[in-house]
Amino acid sequence: MADPTSLAERAGGLADDAGRLARELEAMAHQLSFQASTVGTAPVGGPSLVYELTIFVLAVFVGYHVVWRVTPALHSPLMSVTNAISSVIIVGALIAAGPAAFGFAKFIGFVAVALAAVNIFGGFIVTQRMLQMFQRRK
Amino acid sequence: MSENLAAFFYLVASVFFILALRGLSSPQTARVGNLYGIFGMVIAVVTTLLTPHVVSYWLIVAGIVIGGAIGTYIALQIQMTALPQLVAAFHSLVGLAAVCVAAAAFTAPQEFGIGVPGAIERPSLVEMSIGMAIGAITFTGSIVAFSKLQGLVSGRPLMFPGQHLLNAGLGVLLVVLIAIVVASGAGAAFWGLLALSLALGFLLIMPIGGADMPVVISMLNSYSGWAACGIGFTLSNSLLIITGALVGSSGAILSYIMCKGMNRSIVNVVLGGFGTEGGAVVASGRAGDRAVKSGSADDAAFILKNAKSVIVVPGYGMAVAQAQHALREMADLLKKDGVEVRYAIHPVAGRMPGHMNVLLAEANVPYDEVFELDEINRDFPSTDVAFVIGANDVTNPAAKTDPNSPIYGMPILDVERAKTVLFVKRSMASGYAGVENELFYRDNTMMLFGDAKKMCEEIVKAME
Repeated sequence: MADPTSLAERAGGLADDAGRLARELEAMAHQLSFQASTVGTAPVGGPSLVYELTIFVLAVFVGYHVVWRVTPALHSPLMSVTNAISSVIIVGALIAAGPAAFGFAKFIGFVAVALAAVNIFGGFIVTQRMLQMFQRRK
Repeated sequence: MSENLAAFFYLVASVFFILALRGLSSPQTARVGNLYGIFGMVIAVVTTLLTPHVVSYWLIVAGIVIGGAIGTYIALQIQMTALPQLVAAFHSLVGLAAVCVAAAAFTAPQEFGIGVPGAIERPSLVEMSIGMAIGAITFTGSIVAFSKLQGLVSGRPLMFPGQHLLNAGLGVLLVVLIAIVVASGAGAAFWGLLALSLALGFLLIMPIGGADMPVVISMLNSYSGWAACGIGFTLSNSLLIITGALVGSSGAILSYIMCKGMNRSIVNVVLGGFGTEGGAVVASGRAGDRAVKSGSADDAAFILKNAKSVIVVPGYGMAVAQAQHALREMADLLKKDGVEVRYAIHPVAGRMPGHMNVLLAEANVPYDEVFELDEINRDFPSTDVAFVIGANDVTNPAAKTDPNSPIYGMPILDVERAKTVLFVKRSMASGYAGVENELFYRDNTMMLFGDAKKMCEEIVKAME
């Protein structure tokens, strides 16, 4: 029979292994739950694509009707404000720049955040400047 | 923040964006509309920052601060005459941002929940490839548009033999590459697609002439929207899809309106080459030694002062000469004398949709004195003086009478129906379309040769 000290050592080793496994399991569970939270609401593949297409087509119709009602005098502000709101693409950039680990994706995410920010600030401010100028007859 | 809650806030942001566009239906509601747009953007950004995707903030804050500072500075400095090139430059940034996001999603798909590197889900690959291709075309295309508008390169159409064939071939290659990317998920194909799209953006906009830029900017505006849409599909993000669709359809409608204003099809504009030798040949057919009546600033001041009603027709030449302030001074003096002064704007006046309205507004012309073509055209016969400044083709009656004219069918402002037409022009040179304007030779036309700004200032002096 082995002496008590080596038994204790082996038990300690096993406990360490168990601890490591538990941590790995935890990480996997975390990742799974994360994936479930991102994928779960919109199952990838068939149904989600149709669902997205529905949103897309309806939004095109909304855009069509709203834009035809814009007075021609304000077509320049329309252009600069649509330019500003199309920078909502920053949402994707934030996700790319958001992870803790630094890498290529995080770097170009940062670039995209900066580019979109130029547009957001620039677009809304120049629109506001234009709209301030439109005054009625005094 | 849970995914459901985030989706809800994205919906709120979408509604704010729709309200922002809705506000532009009248100048009174437009400023509030712009605030809605800003709210929407703040909600979108904050919501994203609170989702579990984003855990590290310092780089994001740096990006927003740097970008925001640059954007704010540019927007506060820019001259209103330079608005078209500013918008073109901004479009290129949206395109590049779309490319960056697509590239990030391709190299680190796990962060976006669309797979692992090398094994990205098929639908995501389709959407991301299309989004990136449109983004890249928007990026380089807008750079070309910017360079032409800023005068960095010549505004003349750049044509070479076999150009359209080459572009068509590259277009087909683009589709093939997208198919390869989707089938294999290979990085080489993805980056090849990026390079091809960038090249295609250059090649597509190069042949389009400077004065067709209103259509080009509108088109690129539309593209930037579709690029955002493509990224929205990739990320399964309804806010991006909705906003992209709004912007995309807005740009498409503006392109359509601009094309209609020139009576040209979008295909005709995209193929380019308009405003070259073709037009000049037509012009030489009509040119002769016919006499024109030219007058001085004093003559113009006399005619204007004795008029009851004046319609001013401003064109791009007015903007180039920076004459809008002097023009408004002249109009103020006339109004003080009880003359009714109104402004008539052609849909394609200026270098982007609505540009002339902004320039007049900047010179403190009240917007209720400014009218669109449809609103004011029937009033010319009952008007004493049509004061055309820096415009030419948009007043040319040949568009109505001469089926052989390159501008035949284009809606024009019926200035010739006014009792007297005053034309402020630097020379007898024909307009952008290269067409002779027979209006110059009519009995009721008086040419005022000179720089638009100087001429207005001299008329003001003569009237005082």
